[in-house]
Amino acid sequence: MARILAAFAAGLLFGAGLAISRMIDPAVVLAFLDLGAIAEGTWDASLAFVMAGALAVTMTGYRFVLKRRAPLFVPAFVLPTQRGIDWRLISGAVIFGGGWGLVGYCPGPAVAGLLLGAAKTWIFVVAMLAGMAIDHWLFERAARASPPAGNTVH
Amino acid sequence: MDGWGILRALGGGALIGLAAIVLMLANGRIAGISGIIGGMFAANRAEIGWRIAFIGGLMVGPFAAMPALGGVPAVTVVAGVPALVIGGLLVGFGTRLGSGCTSGHGVCGLARLSRRSLVATLGFMLTGFAVVFVLRRLLAE
Repeated sequence: MARILAAFAAGLLFGAGLAISRMIDPAVVLAFLDLGAIAEGTWDASLAFVMAGALAVTMTGYRFVLKRRAPLFVPAFVLPTQRGIDWRLISGAVIFGGGWGLVGYCPGPAVAGLLLGAAKTWIFVVAMLAGMAIDHWLFERAARASPPAGNTVH
Repeated sequence: MDGWGILRALGGGALIGLAAIVLMLANGRIAGISGIIGGMFAANRAEIGWRIAFIGGLMVGPFAAMPALGGVPAVTVVAGVPALVIGGLLVGFGTRLGSGCTSGHGVCGLARLSRRSLVATLGFMLTGFAVVFVLRRLLAE
């Protein structure tokens, strides 16, 4: 139960942070991605400050948290074990960036915006889930049927 | 953007960082949204509950921020339906293939000084810049 409540609290903080920082609004994200606006003096640099704020806090907090033997409510930390730079990482990031630039939504803000009343947000999230399912069927299931040498942690 | 805009961005970002710390300290997990959602396709029953709770919190979070914002946060989706469908498919597929999104790689991964996350973050940022440049600057009249 503690585990469930902690996850809910973390989600709540995350969603509040997205709303307060305005990153929940795809128009703000697209305005940040529009570097052509720098020359016009109309560039919205918000997202850079959001990332800076999030990164500074996370980096500081992780330094203390990851020194612990274990988390509070589960036996061990679950951290990514992959180390190499492979085609999946790079092509995945580029494909994601393409969709992000097209709409202005990445997964967090899209899900956080579901209850705010825009039908378009739902259309995006349903398509996003379909995209995730396609990756699962193409790669994850196959990977489990015949385990590769490396350990895959998402 | 004015001082208030910068303060909002920094403060909201700090809350996102706090969320990442809470999830790591309590449950030992990376606060990567695509991983938390996409992981449900493969998760066993014991792993489903906390994911649903996190997503529930994520959806309620914007309402919890309303007192600070003085109203419902603005959401303006400019893209049309075809772009939303294509964009959604790309974001869903790409984040899973690349093992993370803005939060998992851009915040949690960079905070751990992960080389993979640095490469991924550069990959999606540069692609995002390029796509918006093409759509808004080259193709727009």
